[in-house]
Amino acid sequence: MDWAVFVVAGIATLVGALGVVTCRNPVHSALMLVMTLFGIAVLFVEQDAHFLAAVQVIVYAGAVVVLFLFVIMLLGVETNEDLHKDPLRGQRPAAIALGLLMLLEVLLLVRSNWVTGAPSTAGAARSADQTNVEVLSRSLFTRYLLPFEATSVLLLIAVVGAVVLARRPTRAELADINEDDPDLVTAE
Amino acid sequence: MYLVEYLLLAAALFSIGVYGVLARKNGVLVLMSIELMLNAVNINLIAFGAFRGNAIGQVFALFVIAVAAAEVGVGMAIVLLIFRNRASVNLDEVDLMRG
Repeated sequence: MDWAVFVVAGIATLVGALGVVTCRNPVHSALMLVMTLFGIAVLFVEQDAHFLAAVQVIVYAGAVVVLFLFVIMLLGVETNEDLHKDPLRGQRPAAIALGLLMLLEVLLLVRSNWVTGAPSTAGAARSADQTNVEVLSRSLFTRYLLPFEATSVLLLIAVVGAVVLARRPTRAELADINEDDPDLVTAE
Repeated sequence: MYLVEYLLLAAALFSIGVYGVLARKNGVLVLMSIELMLNAVNINLIAFGAFRGNAIGQVFALFVIAVAAAEVGVGMAIVLLIFRNRASVNLDEVDLMRG
């Protein structure tokens, strides 16, 4: 049963990922990204990471993809991207050769070290009397409290940065920039 | 449970993400490919955490999700700014800082 769930979710993940990078229409790419994220959420559930599966769906599929779609709609859908033209000459054969080499190395590694086994039932992640959320929060708010607080500062900085970047400059500031360097705002 | 299978899946997902970052010219698509790469890292963290039988992998995956959210916010602001200045999100045209 585990194996079947893994295969189905893994195929959904990979097909979605391939769709993200190959779809010509950015809106289709965003919807394929949702498929990938749901596949990953299923993989999380299978490994007893129930809280993270919920976070994955809410934060990624809910917030991040909506933000992507919002920006795509705002910028207008461009479908004229040509995926068959290389920016560098000979890039594609070199990439295929190196990719095959890496695949070979990975397969060699897998053949020599095949690590499987039952997850430790005595471990904290799936103990019977504690739920996943309880275990996770216990280590998040004790041992990893400092990184947790640092994350909140990071989010604050990101919010301030996004607001400052997306804000339209005022008329006075524009005049200032024009005075300093007329080349910078020629596209306005 | 399986460890190697998850690692192989994550490696494939990461490689697809790298391809997207290198091949796509649309700035929004490049950010989406970066999300794919971050999710591959999350799969690895959760797989190792389940293999070791503790929740530490999940704690770090949570941090990765928070960082990814912050990254998308700032990245989108930058893409909007590029579009405002150039009327296009084609990253090949953004070469003002090329040496």
